[in-house]
Amino acid sequence: MQLVLTEDQELLAKTARDFVAEKSPVARMRALRDSNDATGFSKALWKEMAELGWVGIPFAEIHGGAEMGMAELAVVMEALGRTLAPEPFLSTVLLAGQTLALGGSEALQAEWTPKIVEGDAIVALASDEARSRWNLCHVETRADAEGDGYRLTGEKIQVLDGHVADLLLVSARTSGAVDDAAGVTIFAVRPDAAGVTIVRQNRIDSRNAALVRLDGVEVAAADVIGAVGEGAPILEAAAARATVGLCAEMVGSMQEAFDRTLDYMRQRKQFEVPIGSFQALKHRAAREFIAIELSRTAVMAAARAIDAADDEAAALVSLAKAQCSEAAILVANESVQMHGGIGVRRARHRLLPEARPCRRAEPRGRCLPPAALGGVPGLLMQQPRARE
Amino acid sequence: MSDLDSFRSDVAAWLETNAPESLRGRGASALEGVWGGKKWVYANPDAKLWLERCVEQGYTAPTWPKEYGGGGLSAAEAKALGQEMGKLRVPPPLIGFGLTMIGPTLLQYGTEEQKLEHLPKICRGEIRWCQGYSEPGSGSDLASVQTRAVRDGDDFIINGHKVWTSYADEADWIFALVRTDPEAKKQEGITFLLIDMASPGVSIAPIKLISGSSPFCETTFDDVRVPVKNVISKINAGWTVAKALLGHERTMIADAFGGGASGTSKKRKGLSDLARDYLGGDGEVADPLLRDEVAHMEMDTRAFLLTLQRTRDAAKAGHQPGAETSFFKIHGTELNMRRSELMVRLAGPQGLGWEGDGFDEDELARTRDWLRSRGNSIEGGTSEIQLNIIAKHVLGLPD
Repeated sequence: MQLVLTEDQELLAKTARDFVAEKSPVARMRALRDSNDATGFSKALWKEMAELGWVGIPFAEIHGGAEMGMAELAVVMEALGRTLAPEPFLSTVLLAGQTLALGGSEALQAEWTPKIVEGDAIVALASDEARSRWNLCHVETRADAEGDGYRLTGEKIQVLDGHVADLLLVSARTSGAVDDAAGVTIFAVRPDAAGVTIVRQNRIDSRNAALVRLDGVEVAAADVIGAVGEGAPILEAAAARATVGLCAEMVGSMQEAFDRTLDYMRQRKQFEVPIGSFQALKHRAAREFIAIELSRTAVMAAARAIDAADDEAAALVSLAKAQCSEAAILVANESVQMHGGIGVRRARHRLLPEARPCRRAEPRGRCLPPAALGGVPGLLMQQPRARE
Repeated sequence: MSDLDSFRSDVAAWLETNAPESLRGRGASALEGVWGGKKWVYANPDAKLWLERCVEQGYTAPTWPKEYGGGGLSAAEAKALGQEMGKLRVPPPLIGFGLTMIGPTLLQYGTEEQKLEHLPKICRGEIRWCQGYSEPGSGSDLASVQTRAVRDGDDFIINGHKVWTSYADEADWIFALVRTDPEAKKQEGITFLLIDMASPGVSIAPIKLISGSSPFCETTFDDVRVPVKNVISKINAGWTVAKALLGHERTMIADAFGGGASGTSKKRKGLSDLARDYLGGDGEVADPLLRDEVAHMEMDTRAFLLTLQRTRDAAKAGHQPGAETSFFKIHGTELNMRRSELMVRLAGPQGLGWEGDGFDEDELARTRDWLRSRGNSIEGGTSEIQLNIIAKHVLGLPD
């Protein structure tokens, strides 16, 4: 594992940074949010990102993807995180996209992946429930066998981009108790199927989400992702990749908040001197710098470990999540504090609420035996520091 | 097979033949092992043999040029050598401030004559060096050094007092900051000087620390005569040299302390094993709160080690390492302090021993390590100074 960007990755990073700077300032996300835009992101921009090849990064070449890895995707997502671009990477490329890529039948992949890669289909993963707290195996939604297929009943919360999804991937229980890993099955559900109700939700981070209610929704056996009752490991693997993507976004947004705060510290004068000359603030800024650098490392390591199918990948993903979550909170809070009063004005705020609450440990299920951290065999890290 | 692969297999074969059996499987941190010098006493004769064999190959300073006693290896070859030695868990043949601090500084600032005079002796472990920086009145404000050097023909006459001179009592030479121009702005009147500790007028007294012992000394210079040719760089230009050396020192300290499990003594247990020993638990540590702290500690250590690796990987890819070396010092030492504190806490009442019955050797050592580690955030530039350096040189915040 080499913790350094290749020339191609450097180029990708530069392209992404330039693209974001030109086409996706943070004002764009704010305008979408404040106007209660029905889509919540730009479909035209999403199409452009697809044309640049970003959407297809982790998908198989036979379905039109680039068959690259998390290392490349992380580079793009870090750039997008800088200005909180609301386009559906986390949902369509990672959470749902990877669930489909890891467990979907040939037929389902052949039908959906090319459309995803082209930027023509949004897919969303409906896994979380009111009482699941990011435990991907806590599934109360039922899938009752009926004839050749199933009937789904339950409610899924905060389904990212569920309000505009062309396909929903829904976890439901075909057997077992509520927290069992065995018995979780993933189904591909058309959002226009009878019995599906989708209600838009508003979150503090302005990420687009929806409630998805399933009232006896009929699903064919052919629409099962992976094997019946064996969906949990697929969800876990997709969630691990999504976690790395999320962490990369966090690195981008914390770096941006930090850079803006440093600018402010150089310019803002009190007592006739720049506030950045005060040692009390300098030292805190230096601490933030350390936290950001450690976060950047952890994301690079986790991404590369997943790409190499390294035994330590699960531990390194947890490390990245823990490190980035703490650092993002630190940087966001310090940014607000160092901006003083304007740091808490909603009209101008650009730091905290939009720094995307990072404790929402979105894709963070932990029901399978958690991986021991390297060198600490037996030390089980149930939800290592990523809990809320 | 690439050149590097064939180098690696040659090295592996050489090690197989030459690394003494009694040293294998021992490992060692950067602060343990053979420091060399005229006063060095070998506890294990194989350590002497191991040093001599490595000196012959230039492996004590693998990347230094051969004409100065180094191995002339590329960074990639040196890394391969380190990895192959790591596989056998043999300690480095030689350690110390010659190799890590004054050596790299001489390579950068020394004259050809100075390099030829000092570097081969460092590589061979013949001369042990210590550092004469801090003074009673010059801690964090290092540039305020008062030790005077007055020109007298081809010599300087040195008078003054240095503190915290690590291992001065065992060293043969000292590299020191002395004031040659008391009228100039404080950074501009300093000269970097090499002094033979055997010179008449040098006296040394050890300092005792809260851990009960220490490598530190006070060193006094009383009309000590030093040839002007021992000046590194130019007279009154010592501050630049001093700062370059501090960069090497920070890297050395970070490597030594930041390693967590790898930086601790060979026979001591890791955190999770200790936690299970003292707190019970089959597989996982019984106390959930301490288990969480152990996990936290291990994760933070891992993130730091990966960051050290990232800097090395970036350097290999041709990127310049930046001022993040000061982040390595502060973060590495803080991790070490937290780790040693946690180790004592895990031991519960067994962490309270000072000496005598009822405490085993490791317990006593851990408690003393914890006390000793309190100095980590002070020595080599306090944590506060490190934060200042980051704020100024990395973040560009105004003075």
